[in-house]
Amino acid sequence: MTTVTAPALPAGHTIRSGLSRAGYEIRSYFRQGDTVFFTFLFPVLMLTIFSVAFSEAEFGRTPDGSSVTAAQYYLPAMLAAGVLLSGLQNMSIDIAVEKSDGTLKRLAGTPLSVVSYFMGKIGQVLVTAILQAALLIAVAAIAFDVPLPTEPEAWLTFAWVFLLGVTTCAILGIGLSGLPRSGKSATAVIIPIVLVLQFISGVYIQFSMLPEWLQNVANLFPLAWLAQGMRAVFLPETYAAIEVGGEWNLTGIAIVCGIWLVAGLIVTRLTFRWIRKDG
Amino acid sequence: MTTENVVEVRDLRKAYKGSEAVRGIDFDIRRGETFALLGPNGAGKSTTIEILEGYRDRTGGTVSVLGVDPQHGGLAWKARLGIVLQSTGESGSATVREQLRHFAGLYPNPRDVDEVIAAVGLDEKANTRIGKLSGGQKRRVDVALGIIGRPELLFLDEPTTGFDPEARRQFWQLIRQLSNEGTSILLTTHYLDEAAQLADRAGIIAGGELVALGAIDELGGADARIPVVRWVQDGVVRQERTTEPGRIVARLSAAGEPDRLEVIRPSLEDIYLELVGETARASALPEGTLA
Repeated sequence: MTTVTAPALPAGHTIRSGLSRAGYEIRSYFRQGDTVFFTFLFPVLMLTIFSVAFSEAEFGRTPDGSSVTAAQYYLPAMLAAGVLLSGLQNMSIDIAVEKSDGTLKRLAGTPLSVVSYFMGKIGQVLVTAILQAALLIAVAAIAFDVPLPTEPEAWLTFAWVFLLGVTTCAILGIGLSGLPRSGKSATAVIIPIVLVLQFISGVYIQFSMLPEWLQNVANLFPLAWLAQGMRAVFLPETYAAIEVGGEWNLTGIAIVCGIWLVAGLIVTRLTFRWIRKDG
Repeated sequence: MTTENVVEVRDLRKAYKGSEAVRGIDFDIRRGETFALLGPNGAGKSTTIEILEGYRDRTGGTVSVLGVDPQHGGLAWKARLGIVLQSTGESGSATVREQLRHFAGLYPNPRDVDEVIAAVGLDEKANTRIGKLSGGQKRRVDVALGIIGRPELLFLDEPTTGFDPEARRQFWQLIRQLSNEGTSILLTTHYLDEAAQLADRAGIIAGGELVALGAIDELGGADARIPVVRWVQDGVVRQERTTEPGRIVARLSAAGEPDRLEVIRPSLEDIYLELVGETARASALPEGTLA
């Protein structure tokens, strides 16, 4: 048997392929009308509906006496929802579809590494989630006069909660992509999970109004913590009083999301395969 | 180096939950050669080709593809292969050119994107999204993606399914050109004329076993190629199998012009059907048993 020494791939192949993949993924994302609507624009739509529907209602008052509007109250919730949709929902459905339509099988036959593939996916999630958050904040500020925080610390909190949240949700999305049995059933399997999580995590319903046991259940998952982190950024300091334990508990956010992130990474590392061999 | 093998398969076996889909096959593919793997549906063709591509793990035997065991083929190994899978169903929101440019970027020494688009005859569709192409055009994109990385070894699993006759002929032209440039090719196809046109050698798989292996014009052995002389005598069709048809024709014509005289040489298709049929008969239920 003749042994041929394969020419090594050029240095930086993984990074370069990953960046190329990210550009490709982002372009594909914005060409799919349904994903743009259901993951990208959906939180903006919901923010608009809540802001208009409850425009007369008052969501408490700030220490200086001005009232908190529906738009201000729902902005952090919709930012958290956006992180969940762009990260978990988009990622899991996308990969489930690619698994069943042959995309992954084709990629498995090319010199693309799994790492580059996920760089592309996470790059797509990051870019779309950042654009989505920017759009949400812009709509809230411009259309609904929501006062934005001015202290740099608040924006710093926003940045790390957002990035940790997006990364965690994206990794969990990769894990969940193995759940649907086919690409066709992907949306039917993933969307209910995402929807239930949003309802129990204080995205649509005020978290402090839920019974304590349900709050405890929700607090096992990252979304409730993300929503809390976003409230810490965009709601007046006094609102911390109605949170669990009467504080924003940023440490708790870092711990719970961190645990999910690490667990998600391990599960993904152990279970992800380009294709189901011998299926 | 001319006799170097790009593929070596020895006693390859693959079992799925008790049943053996591939039962010990052996063949080699030489560098620069086009090799066709033929056989009916479910004979084990696709299982074999997917084991060589690294998509499936074998249960027995040894396999070497470009000097590497496909079960442990890394990225550098994959960079030297081109794979055209049997079916693909991607939605395709990228255009033909975008898709090829992206895939070209994954390989260390790719072919020129526009040249490949022209070679598969999609110049006019270069800026069309793949999802909007017809089935045959999508198949050409598959072929283009298979060759964009300038592979040393190209796998073509039923590449021309859905092609019209003209597209098939253009495709044959392309494959001949690749072959002239030194690409080794493993082809599976249901079209025996395609195999006869393109392949240097072929193997026929039936029931998980290799029932014939050799140069296209020697397949099935000399016996399978013995011509038949057929004529009509007193209203009855008569025929004789012989290695010396001229002698029979001479004998017949000595007694006057024979009616409807023919000398028939078995085509690849006749030989194929004969070989595959034997296996089917051998594995069929004994006579008189209700299926």
